[in-house]
Amino acid sequence: MSKARSSPIRSSLIHLALISYTLIALFPVFLTLVNSLKSRNAIFRDPMALPTPKTFSLIGYETVLSQGDFLGYFQNSMIVTVVSIALVLLFGAMAAFALSEYRFRGNMMMGLYLALGIMIPIRLGTVAILQGMVATGLVNTLTALVLVYTAQGLPLAIFILSEFMRTVSDDLKSAGRIDGLSEYAIFFRLVLPLVRPAMATVAVFTMIPIWNDLWFPLILAPGEETKTITLGAQMFIGQYVTNWNAVLSALSLAILPVLVLYVIFSRQLIRGITSGAVK
Amino acid sequence: MNQSDIAETETIVPRHPVRWHILVFLAPAFLVYTAVMILPLVETLRLSLFNVVDGTMAFVGLANFQRLFGDPRLAADFWNALWNNTIFFLIHMAVQNPIGIALAAMLSLPGLRFAAFYRSAIFVPTLLSFVIVGFIWKLILSPIWGIAPGLMDLVGLKSLFGPWLGKPESALITVSLISVWQYVGIPMMLIYAALLNIPDEVLEAAEIDGITGWGQFWKIKLPLILPSIGIISVLTFVGNFNAFDLIYTVQGALGGPDGATDILGTLLYRTFFGFQNQMGNRPMGATIATVMFLIILAGVSLYLFVIQRRIRRYQF
Repeated sequence: MSKARSSPIRSSLIHLALISYTLIALFPVFLTLVNSLKSRNAIFRDPMALPTPKTFSLIGYETVLSQGDFLGYFQNSMIVTVVSIALVLLFGAMAAFALSEYRFRGNMMMGLYLALGIMIPIRLGTVAILQGMVATGLVNTLTALVLVYTAQGLPLAIFILSEFMRTVSDDLKSAGRIDGLSEYAIFFRLVLPLVRPAMATVAVFTMIPIWNDLWFPLILAPGEETKTITLGAQMFIGQYVTNWNAVLSALSLAILPVLVLYVIFSRQLIRGITSGAVK
Repeated sequence: MNQSDIAETETIVPRHPVRWHILVFLAPAFLVYTAVMILPLVETLRLSLFNVVDGTMAFVGLANFQRLFGDPRLAADFWNALWNNTIFFLIHMAVQNPIGIALAAMLSLPGLRFAAFYRSAIFVPTLLSFVIVGFIWKLILSPIWGIAPGLMDLVGLKSLFGPWLGKPESALITVSLISVWQYVGIPMMLIYAALLNIPDEVLEAAEIDGITGWGQFWKIKLPLILPSIGIISVLTFVGNFNAFDLIYTVQGALGGPDGATDILGTLLYRTFFGFQNQMGNRPMGATIATVMFLIILAGVSLYLFVIQRRIRRYQF
């Protein structure tokens, strides 16, 4: 079947287009990683060259590691991101199930209320959030960030998941009810496994803004103990802006964990997305 | 919310007197969302109607809005930011979404080799933070380092190079394209998932009718993924009118050069928290936040009540 749809010329054009875009996407990252391993002179003299034994230098990394607690920042980012995603997925799927499965008074209103957050950026309420965190003593804790990011991620998660849950066959759920499954069992054992592809998508879309956020760490948790990697890198680069070795090394250190995580999770993600097509 | 869906559910689900499980399912999301998002937001909107009068906060009605649109300096800043923001959004719609759709369409072709590799690689920039993306592109476009002029020299276009981020007439376009570069992965992934969800029977039926290749994309696939394109457009709109970080990292809180890249997010930040010799002003910040809220509300309503209703959804 697939042979009938592809001709050699067409498929090589497609590969050409995809390779070109892949290069555009990866080139800046590649450039940063490569130059972070070179001496200052080599960075400027021949930026495109790979490091040779002569130009190889770790001076940038030495500066970064002696000046900032990047391991601690990374750990903070991991904790905040993982806990927030777990809460968003659990709470979001539960609410999406309630909205898509049951007809009750106020269903429509509740759906609209929870969807408001898709269009209203949580940032617009920052000052009141800060006041609330000060009042509850949560400033400079990771809990404050987890709360904000959970609230931020929920609306889109509920929206996407309830769209998907509407497509889950009613016969299956009816069969479950006839077999005496409770509503909780129907949710956890029948519906959740079926919407896993959507959950993977939601997880990725939730993760990106959390991991990359600069605004809330800056305002709610700027302390040394609770700095996230994004904030840590931003502050470090601001301080060392003319030291190109240090800047490139700090950027590389901020990129690498994301790349490693991505290589681990992308299989899961892609399996999730593609399994949506297998009916 | 689809009326027929609700009606169908009604006929199947029997009615119980009190169904506690609905409450249990809804409560956690509702509580966190209300306490951390909605209440602070309402408080911020309320603050836009207050200002400091004789040393205490007092209700001033719409006086803050009168000042925002009446005061020559504030009004000029605001309209400049709104205009820049609109261009920022239009560039995303015109560049990011078509590229995302094109990439997804190519990736979803059956039997394409290395599809997983391309897909993963193209998604990489989307995972990076604004801080990283902003600094990398600042370095690449910097005339000091000479990466960009060097590359353009290879294809004989060196004369076209300029300090794009530093020139008022090109800075906004450059920043927008950096943002497009970063975010193209999101429309790509969403459209890719939508394309994979088109049943094979539909495509096979099209092939039997002789519709293949380009014709198949335009006549069969595109109409079927229109709902996803609609969602992507509205997400882009909200994201763009709330953008802040990239401009802040690349051009600073002033949206330089000379306000050429100042958008609503950076204007809000400066007004709210103050910057350099400008004092932070909470009521005026809240006022700008309220205007942003109304703009976003208008755009989303347009989508929900006009555009979404005209898009036909197909059930398989």
